[in-house]
Amino acid sequence: MSLTTAHSVVAPSANSKRIAGVIIVAYALISIVPLLWIFATSFKTPPDSIAYPPKIVFQPSLEGYCNLFTTRTRQTPEYINSLGPATGLCDATVRKRNMVIAGPSNFVPRFVNSLIIAFGSTFCAVFLGTLSAYGFSRFKVPLADDLLFFILSTRFMPPIAVAIPIYLMYRELGLSDTALGMILLYTAVNVSLAVWLLKGFIDEIPREYEEAAMIDGYTRLQAFWRTVLPQATTGIAATAIFCLIFAWNEYAFAALLTSGTAQTAPPFIPTIIGEGGQDWPAVAAGTTIFLVPILVFTILLRKQLLRGITFGAVRK
Amino acid sequence: MADVRIQGVTKRFGDTVAINNLDLAIKDGEFVVLLGPTGAGKTTTLRLIAGLERPDSGTIHVGGHDATTLSPAERDTAFVFQQYSLYPHLSVFDNLAFPLRSPARRFPEEAVRRRVEDVARMVRIDHKLDNRSTKLSGGEMQRVAIGRALVRKPAIYLMDEPLSSLDAKLRADLRLELKRIQSELGATMLYVTHDQIEAMTMADRIGILADGVLVQIGTPRAIYSEPANLHVAARLGQPAINLLPAGLLPDGGAPTGTATIGARTEHLAIEKAANGHADGVVDWVEHLGDQNHLHVTVGAKKLVTLTDPDTPLAKGDKVTIRYIAPLYFGSDGQRLM
Repeated sequence: MSLTTAHSVVAPSANSKRIAGVIIVAYALISIVPLLWIFATSFKTPPDSIAYPPKIVFQPSLEGYCNLFTTRTRQTPEYINSLGPATGLCDATVRKRNMVIAGPSNFVPRFVNSLIIAFGSTFCAVFLGTLSAYGFSRFKVPLADDLLFFILSTRFMPPIAVAIPIYLMYRELGLSDTALGMILLYTAVNVSLAVWLLKGFIDEIPREYEEAAMIDGYTRLQAFWRTVLPQATTGIAATAIFCLIFAWNEYAFAALLTSGTAQTAPPFIPTIIGEGGQDWPAVAAGTTIFLVPILVFTILLRKQLLRGITFGAVRK
Repeated sequence: MADVRIQGVTKRFGDTVAINNLDLAIKDGEFVVLLGPTGAGKTTTLRLIAGLERPDSGTIHVGGHDATTLSPAERDTAFVFQQYSLYPHLSVFDNLAFPLRSPARRFPEEAVRRRVEDVARMVRIDHKLDNRSTKLSGGEMQRVAIGRALVRKPAIYLMDEPLSSLDAKLRADLRLELKRIQSELGATMLYVTHDQIEAMTMADRIGILADGVLVQIGTPRAIYSEPANLHVAARLGQPAINLLPAGLLPDGGAPTGTATIGARTEHLAIEKAANGHADGVVDWVEHLGDQNHLHVTVGAKKLVTLTDPDTPLAKGDKVTIRYIAPLYFGSDGQRLM
């Protein structure tokens, strides 16, 4: 669109573009302030983090990250002085607070749990969702509308409403505090979303593609794999992001059903604060690191996500 | 290449009968065109042969074998769809190679490459083999779609209005190319269209479908000059055949029972009325350049015929009209011999 085409009916004018830009920038700033605050807090010292008025300019420190990854014990100054020289930056930092590092914290295993459970359940939900969506889209499924409604109805109530029965079931089945149990649970919650989103995408792929492939000597499954799947990547990527965001951020079930070996990061991060005073920088550090995978995943798939939000309206 | 035989095939979709007791035999190397309006069952016939639909009754033989219950992959047919035929995620080369790389065939990659290049030359797309298939023009896309069918040597090629989405010039070009390729390969082909020019120019035989019934099948000449009934007569000829009630014009020699007389340009002798007597009045002369359409009012009816570009007739002229061996139809619409 060149500047010489004045008064186009469809192209936005320079003025409306400017106004839209201002609104978007303002909204982005408002949304990003809490994130910036958490990011800044993660580099403050504990005293700086609770200073009033809040410090905008401060001396950055890695104490929050040190505290996040370690457990520490309080010792007398005499004992600390009797130790040899500090073995690293974190060691030196905690000694200034009359503490020594006792060992690694549980943050890394909890973070790994989150990765396994979130990506595992996303994969399962998208895999099952793609196959069911294809089935609903292409075959005459008896009672298809009722089944689709039933699948959707699993999302009608807040998940926490079924927390107690699920808690009891999981205890009986031995799924409490296991990664498998959490993957099953998040898959069950996400699969309805996946079926509905993906059915829309697959409905838009003309069936002539598979028919042509089947005439050319492919079985239906091969035709699905070679012709439908490559064209559904946009929808699959968008669905995967939505599923991943849910599973990654889920707190209520994780707090209820995991306490030890399978605990995910969301219920773990708040517990950091209890270890030795109000350690806001460590909590902020945990939150900052927690945001990274979803940020990377979203940036990698941002094109597909944008198209996914418009539900294929701009496909052709 | 092989022959295809459809016997007593009926196909319903819910309450609608799409194909009603169809019998159709296509000989080896023959080019058969199915002509009919939308909803006549043309596409359903192709899909039944390809195996994309199962008949409710009747049998389909391909190359002498009963293929009625075989899956599409086992039938050895090739299909060109009206649209949506190219895989958007593949290049032109990979689109053409797709049928050869199917797990059922597994040609060596070297043979695939040679065959694809041959066919690409045949459909004149060899200069764009590396392009993304979405970056082609409409005519190029359709040539690739036809090429994708041609890379194999199936029992029969099935083509579902492959040219209908193209503009007139391209359609004429591709029509010629397709006929040339078909006769070079000696291919058996069933081609569906609602375009009578495509049917007349390409077919060895034309089958006229109406409401799921094969009304008539024969050579283009026979279908044109000896239509079985009013429906078939009305499908062919440009301008459309004039259907006049018996007795409107002098029709000595009409067989008994004639209800309607069908008259195309060649069945009418129109002259300027010399003396008082006249059959009709020239209503309009349409100049098309190389020819004229002559509109004549006869009583409450209107005739349209072709005339020379330099016809002396003009609007308002009184004319006499005589039949020259026209087509006679009974009250049931069937042609009387």
